[in-house]
Formats: sequence, structure tokens, C-alpha cells
Amino acid sequence: MPRTLVSLMMIAFIVIAAPHVAYAVVYGAEIFTLENGMQVVVVPNHRSPVVSHMVWYRVGSADEPPGKSGIAHFLEHLMFKGTPRFPEGAMTDIVARNGGQQNAFTSTDYTGYFQNIAVDRLPLVMDMEADRMRNLVVSENDVVTEREVIIEERRSRVENVPSSLLGERVSAALWGTNHYGIPVLGHMEEIRALSRDDAFSFYRDYYAPHNAILVVAGDITTEDLKPLAEKYYGAIPASESWDGEHKLRNRSAYLQPVAHVQVTMNHERVAQPQWSRQYTAPSYKMGNRDDVYALDIFSEITGGGSTSKLYRELVVDQQVAVSFSTGYQSDAVSYGTFYVSMIPSTGVTPEEAETAFETALAALLDDGITAEDVERAKRRFMARLAYATDSPLSAARSLGSSLAVGLSLDDVESYPDKFTKVTVDQVRQAARRLFAENSSATGILLPAARSAAEGLAP
Amino acid sequence: MSMTNWLRSAPAGALICGLMTAPADAITVQQVQSPGGLQAYLVEDHTTPVVAISFGFFGGSALDPAEKLGLSGLVSSTLDEGAGDLDSFAFQSELEDRAITIRFNVDPDMARGQLTTTSANVARGIELTRLTLTQPRFDDEPVERIRRQILVSLANRSERPGYIASRKLFEVLFGNHPYARPSEGVPETIAGIERADLVDWVKSRFARDRLIIGAAGDITPEDLGRAVDFIFSDLPETTGLDPQLPEADIPVKGQTVHVLKDLPQTIVYMGQKGIKREHPDWYIATVVDYVLGGGGFASRLMEEVREKRGLAYSVSSNLAPYDAGAIITAAVGTRAEQAGESLAIIRDEWKKMHDSGPTADEVAGAKQYLTGAWPLRFTSTGSIADILLAVQRDDLGLDYLDNRNSLVEAVTVEDAKRVARELYDPNALTVVIVGPENADASSPTP
Repeated sequence: MPRTLVSLMMIAFIVIAAPHVAYAVVYGAEIFTLENGMQVVVVPNHRSPVVSHMVWYRVGSADEPPGKSGIAHFLEHLMFKGTPRFPEGAMTDIVARNGGQQNAFTSTDYTGYFQNIAVDRLPLVMDMEADRMRNLVVSENDVVTEREVIIEERRSRVENVPSSLLGERVSAALWGTNHYGIPVLGHMEEIRALSRDDAFSFYRDYYAPHNAILVVAGDITTEDLKPLAEKYYGAIPASESWDGEHKLRNRSAYLQPVAHVQVTMNHERVAQPQWSRQYTAPSYKMGNRDDVYALDIFSEITGGGSTSKLYRELVVDQQVAVSFSTGYQSDAVSYGTFYVSMIPSTGVTPEEAETAFETALAALLDDGITAEDVERAKRRFMARLAYATDSPLSAARSLGSSLAVGLSLDDVESYPDKFTKVTVDQVRQAARRLFAENSSATGILLPAARSAAEGLAP
Repeated sequence: MSMTNWLRSAPAGALICGLMTAPADAITVQQVQSPGGLQAYLVEDHTTPVVAISFGFFGGSALDPAEKLGLSGLVSSTLDEGAGDLDSFAFQSELEDRAITIRFNVDPDMARGQLTTTSANVARGIELTRLTLTQPRFDDEPVERIRRQILVSLANRSERPGYIASRKLFEVLFGNHPYARPSEGVPETIAGIERADLVDWVKSRFARDRLIIGAAGDITPEDLGRAVDFIFSDLPETTGLDPQLPEADIPVKGQTVHVLKDLPQTIVYMGQKGIKREHPDWYIATVVDYVLGGGGFASRLMEEVREKRGLAYSVSSNLAPYDAGAIITAAVGTRAEQAGESLAIIRDEWKKMHDSGPTADEVAGAKQYLTGAWPLRFTSTGSIADILLAVQRDDLGLDYLDNRNSLVEAVTVEDAKRVARELYDPNALTVVIVGPENADASSPTP
């Protein structure tokens, strides 16, 4: 069975033996800012003569205007349509004919575009990526056709997948008025109504140098990249709305009063019941920000893999579940999320599994976390550091996502230094606060309910 | 052999018998001959303090007995659940404490493993790997736990439209051949696997005469030679198992199968006889497949089905060269009332490819992508080790990493048209539709 990854964000780090750095850093990256406000990050790795070239916009589905859900993702698709210089999908053809791979992705907090390509072709993709930041051309026909594509994408990722359908209801229940409750792909009915004007209005508001971060990882140095970045991206005029500062996004810190809700879905294409729960949680930007490092350690101890405490308790010892894991997402513009998921054993109801989880969690929070647990979690994180820069492609993606939600490069690089200072008391207190002070939403996915006519078990 | 002295335990260092030096920025592959007589390919690279050793044994899940389907999968999921003196918890704890991963996976033709470790933990990593191969415990607790997990995963898969479609396609294309069977097992066969079956599997499958090894990262040839001797030296030279399967008899006439399922989106899988990896036309077929549906947004299928008409989010084709029977597959997901249109377009493109083949410009574009993107495959230590394994599996030679692009470059338009005509046969295309009744997809090619 594939093992659950320990944490969403901290898969790996590296120790750089640089004399001016007193502690272990993650990537050994460098950063500078162009005059128009665009930030540029370089992650050197000279193993193979290739680079990963990524442009991240600080905008995602949680920034969408009311009633326009899915517009961030729709625009991401339309960005491949063309510009006057590279019309009608020419960019796709040019990248492919230069041996490059490209794609894009949209999240709640960011939208990213990337090309993986031989380093000698880097200027080519920089030219095209810079061009489409401001000069996008999309015909009405493109809009009509591409809207059908994203409708099919939603069908294949959500409508055809019962756990995704439930997941949308759970997110909506957890977040209430917070925009994280809106699905990234959008609601089907709102997607159908998205127009060319909607896309361009969003594009004009958010696609500008000061709202973008360039990350280049691979066979490149800051010295070599700087003149290229200035030539291609530096040539884009600064946005008139930019006042010279990189401010945090305007997201409300309001959360509705704490409540615990449960969403149950019966679906004919479900064979095995599933149980999951999400809690609102602190992030680097909102809530008890000092708790994030301690909660990373708590998640590792609780549900990070088959040696974690509650996995041992619920899956190995009690056998009420066949799998159990926790995850903590602290990289967020708004609040973070703490996840728990469990597949109850055959013959065990989701409610019974839930009770077993809550009992085990209470015991863990009471006096179950030891200093040795905390030290072991730290050692494991440190042992993984060496993998952080093994693949420049994954380094670019991981680093870029942190910067795009508003972390500084120093926040990212000093992570090992910060989390190794966390004490067992901090872990205990942060965990108790997490469950005492946050809302939760529980999702239960069940096979189709049999009708009375078919005979219901007594 | 002592657990901690593996580096010094061998009498002599490894011999490097072949050394392919290439242009300055190219990757150098070394052929390492261990003191104990094993051979391994190595890309020595000290960029990051990471080492990966990939290994494979010819003979995969297609050799599992029909009444024990899923045996290979259960073994590969439990080999790292305790070995030697270490029970499951102790073994897994040590892997996590040291950030070592040892993963196994068995495809129809080969059982593979990969050790990935940081340089600081190489010695312990190879010791643990050796234990998984030679002294796996298969204790009741982890075996039963993983068995329960597999049963749940099978239950969930059985409702997944893509899984239903691909199972049915393989059943139709491979008939009575082992490739037609669900290698992941079915609940009845998973339930019937006993500990003795796991033990026998290990005894019969792990042998040095079917072993290939690829390694990459922060390790010298000398240390690698000693490491592979340490890991594999206690395996038998041979177990008498013949990994050769009978040749599959893939139908030359296609059929259409509709699996009725009430779904918001209809899934269509297609397939026909393909081309084997060792066939001299392999690179030509790779170019043709790229043009038809393997090339993502650059492909004809993507252009016609998605870009022009918005009928689907994803549509693609793929060459699947199994050892005893190669196939070409294609897949699309599309709303029910348009499934017929999508399928008609794909059939039409299949026919056009057969009739006229790719254009000179398309062949040039495919070659530019395939050669230009080659270095992108060498971007992590683990992926490099896996490529070296594949090079040996397919017997491509020590100089393959340097020669590969010239093999693609050599493809001509005439070659591509000939192979397209020989390979792509619209009448041989078997179609599996999973979706509601109104997915009128059986309409003939216009």
C-alpha cells in the first residue's frame, strides 16, 4: 500500500554548507526584485542542463468575485490561446518543438504556469510567458469551446468521483462565508455563465508584474538569470495601481462562530464507507501563527505514516480502521486546514470509527505526547532535508507555492531552524488549542441507501 | 557479513569495465562489475547527497497463479513490513528515522525495487534492503492489515469508470492470456492467499540470473560494487523459474463493448495490437504515436477533440509494449450525448493515420520534442536509476543514453508513413464504453 506522505508541505529539505548561513536551509535559493515589482527567485541545481521556469500569480479561486466561481481556473485555460506575437496556440507548438513540457495549475490562493525545458531555450519561454502576462488575445469562439472543456474537466474530476462531490460539500460546510468554501473548478452553474468579459476583468486586475513571482530552478545562476529577467519581464511597465509595496492580499480574517457539522452522502458508486474531518487551523498568515511549527510536529506524531500514534492505535491495535492519516496545510493566505481521514474496517460503522478516533485523540491530547515523540519528529524532518533539492522541478513547485501565499524566502529557508526549537509543551498546547478553538466539518461517504421496498436491515 | 562493515567487507573494489564518456554536458554511464560478479549501471553524481539503487527481476504479476491473483501485489506491499530481527513497527520506524525508502512494485512482466537514501544512511539502507529480499518476516499483523487495505482499494476501484473500462479492454484484447486477468487480484483470490504463498513467491522470484541493477547519485563505482554484492549475494543463482509467457493472440478484428453505468461523464477506452519495444520500428512508432495522441496538446486527437470542439478535457493515445503482447491504447472522457461524436473523430483520426500517415512537418515536430525533452528525464536521482534499469531491461546497451536521440533523429517521413499504415488499423480497434445508454458510440466511421 502506498504510504501516506507525512505532511502536505514539508516533504523535504536540504542542508547547505554555506559559510554565511548558521543553520540548515531548505533550498539555498536567492531572490531579487525587478523595478516593476516582479519578484525573481533562483534555485540552482546543475545536475542536468535543464530548468523549470515558473510564473506564479498571487491570485486563486478564493479571490474570485461573488457568482463568478471558476473564473481563476477558466482564465488559466484561456492563457494558452495566444497573443498578437504568438497567436492561436503558437506557444504550445513552440514549447513542444523545443523539447519543453508546459502546463499550469490553479489553487485557492495562486495560479501557476510552468515550462520544463533545456536551459539554452530559457530565453524563448521567458519571452512568451512575459508576453502573455499583458497581451492575451482570446476570441469569443475560444471562450465557448474552452468553457466546454472546463465543464468536462469538472465532470471528470468531480461529478464522476463521489468523494470529490462530498469534499465540496464538506469544504462549504467548514468554511461558510470564507472563500475557501468555493470549489477551485467552480460551481457547474456558474461555470456555464462565465464570459469573455469575466475572464478579462480578472486578467486585468491580477495579471501584472508586481503580482507575479518568477521561480527558475535548475542549471542556472542568479548572475545568468538576472539580465534575462530584466530583459523579458523587466520590460513590462509597472502597473498603475501598484504603490511599490508587496502587501498582503485583502482577505477577511472573519470566521463564523465555531460549530461542528457533519455532512453525510449516500452514493450508488460508493463501495466502501469513508470518514474524514477537516478543522480550520492557524496558517502562517492568520490565527495562532506561532503554533504552525508545533502543529506540523503534532500532525507527524499523530497521523504521519504507519508508525504514527493514532495509526498504531486505530489501525494496528484496535483495527477499527484500515487506514488513518492526518495532514496539516499551513501555507495559506487565509486560515490553514487540519485534515483527518480514515477508512473504517468492514463491519465497523463510520460512527464507531469516529468515536474510537475521538477517544484516542483525547488520550493523546491529555498526556500522550512525550518529549521523545517530539525529538523523533524533528530528527525525521532533518533526515529528509537532503531530498529537498534533489529534483529542481519539485523544488520550484514547493518553494513557489510558499512564496505565492505570502511567505518570505527567509520564512521558507529558516524552517528547519524554527521547528527544531519547538518544545513538547508547545506541541501539546498548540494541539489542544487546535481542537478547542476551531470549527470542524465531518464528511461521511456511504453506499447508496437501500429503499424500504428493497428491505432495510432492522 | 557484518551489518556495519559492508564497505570494507569485500576483498577488492569494483572493476569498471565499460565507461561511456560523452560531451561535457552529457550524462556518463558506468558499467560496474562487482567483486562478486554482479553487473550494474551507474550514473555517479555528487550534486545532492542522495543515492538510489533500482533493481528488477524478470518475471512479474502475470506469472501469479489464476487462483492467487494479487499475490505479487500483496508481497510487494509487505516486504518492507518487517525483516530479520525487526518487526513491522521497528522496520518502518527505522526507515522513517533515517529517511530511507525501500519500495517494491510488480508489473505484469517484472518485479522491481528501489532503495532511496541520503548519503549519510547508505550503509544502513543497503542492509535493510538486503533484509527485505532475504529475510522478510510476513508476520500476521502486517499481512492481514495490508490484505484489508487491498480489499478496500479493490472495492473502491470496482466503482471507478476508468478502472472498469481498462479491465474490460484488457479482457477483450488479451482473451485467455494472463495479461487479461486483473493482476491486482479480486476479493476471492486476495482472501485465499496464505503466508506460505508469500514465502514461496520470494523463494521463486528473487534470483541472480534474472536480476538487473541501475544506480545513481552520491556513490562511487567501488562502493556500489560492494553494496550490490552485500544486498544480493545471498540470493540463489537461479530458481529454475522461466519468466517467459506465451505470446498473446490479440484480435485483428475490433469489437465494441458497452458497459452500462449511470455516469455524468462517459469513459471510452480503445485498443488494438501494438509494437514491441525490441522491434526495429519502435522509434518510428514512437514518433507516429506522438503525432496521433501521445504528444499532449501537440497531438491530432487533442486538437480535434478538445481544442477545436471542446468535447473532452483529456484525450490521448499510448504505446503499451508488454513483453508477450504489445498494444496501442487510447482513452477519452466525454459527456454521454457526445460520446458518439468523440469516438467517431478518434476512429476517423485512426483511419487518416493509417491512410496517409503524419506529414513531414508533424514528423519534424515530434522529433524535435522527443529529442529536446530527453534531458528532462534526468532530473532526480531516483528517475536516473530507473532509466538505467529500463535500459538493461530492454537490452539497449551502455551507450544508449548518448545514442537514443540519434535513433529518433533517424526517423524519416517515409518510415513514419509506412509504420502508420502497418500499425494503425481502424478495423482492429476494440472499443469499450462505460456510461449511460444514450452514449450512442457504436455509430460507424463517417
